[in-house]
Amino acid sequence: MKKTLVMTAMIAAMALTPANTWSKNRGVKDELTKTECGACHMVFQPRFLPAVSWTNIMSDLGNHFGEDATLDEETRIKIEAYLVKKARKKEFKKVIDGKQPIRITEIRWFKREHRREVSKRAMKRAGTMSNCVACHKGAERGQYDDD
Amino acid sequence: MKKILLVLSTAVMVALAAPAFAGAKQDAVMDHYKKLAKGSFSASRGKAFFGATHTGGKPATPSCTSCHTKSPANTGHTRANKPIAPMAFSKSPDRFGELKKVEKWFGRNCRSVLGRECTVQEKGDFLAFMFSQ
Ligand code: HEC
Ligand code: HEC
Repeated sequence: MKKTLVMTAMIAAMALTPANTWSKNRGVKDELTKTECGACHMVFQPRFLPAVSWTNIMSDLGNHFGEDATLDEETRIKIEAYLVKKARKKEFKKVIDGKQPIRITEIRWFKREHRREVSKRAMKRAGTMSNCVACHKGAERGQYDDD
Repeated sequence: MKKILLVLSTAVMVALAAPAFAGAKQDAVMDHYKKLAKGSFSASRGKAFFGATHTGGKPATPSCTSCHTKSPANTGHTRANKPIAPMAFSKSPDRFGELKKVEKWFGRNCRSVLGRECTVQEKGDFLAFMFSQ
């Protein structure tokens, strides 16, 4: 009996916790990553993507979403190590072209979350869905539920 | 009291005057390119280079102006829509003072826009144009 109660409580707790615990998400603290990966867009929190996604991104910086974002090798290795250490622990079930997604904006929960609630006006101001800060003022601090 | 005022006003004057000249750090960066170059640099050639549409690079960025807009005095935008402070030295006096950073961005952006490294001449002309603005 006791066992069942504990189990039920655990299942209830799991159901209440969002699958992607972004409320626990915090801003990036590593200075090197902040400077280098915050130059062209906000510094995306490593928790959004699993380690293999970051490895794939960091090994193709010459071809970074249609742009050259090459780093010197020493810096590249340091940043990759940081991103991998802080990465999302579980890989996504849904792969894209057989691979883990490298865009946050292509993850299934992201699309679901943004499908209906984004107004045309907000979208125009942001310019691109990757521009999180345009709609989430606290994005760089890891806060996405403040609006 | 008078002395303090004098010191203060001098400090303010120096601070106001500073952006009008390329600082010592910028001079050092320019000297690096001058030493490597065969001839001298030209701001008007730099202007033409800045405004030109190039081929061979990545499709989304055929020109410097793709992100920096037509005038270097303007605030630009990255493709992810983050603002870029003006390139014009009069507007952004802390630019072009660190060779490693300047080389990093010439490297990336020349490969993105032209699909190759820029020559010393192109880099020097570009900088001469920015210091004239
Ligand atoms: C030279 C500019 C530049 C630099 C530097 C840069 N990026 Fe990007 N990044 C971009 C652009 C452009 C996009 C695409 C934006 C779009 O599609 O709207 C992008 C997109 C991304 C995305 C996908 C965002 C999405 O749509 O979900 C990730 C992840 C990313 N960058 C990570 C990084 C990391 C990690 C670094 C540091 C090593 C970095 N970026 C440095 C320009 C840059
Ligand atoms: C054009 C506006 C816009 C852009 C750009 C945008 N979002 Fe959102 N986002 C929204 C809206 C609207 C919601 C739903 C309302 C809410 O829950 O705050 C939302 C919800 C979310 C949520 C769920 C918040 C919660 O606690 O329920 C997360 C996480 C999130 N966005 C992350 C991001 C990330 C990461 C980026 C950038 C890669 C991004 N968003 C870009 C508008 C935007």
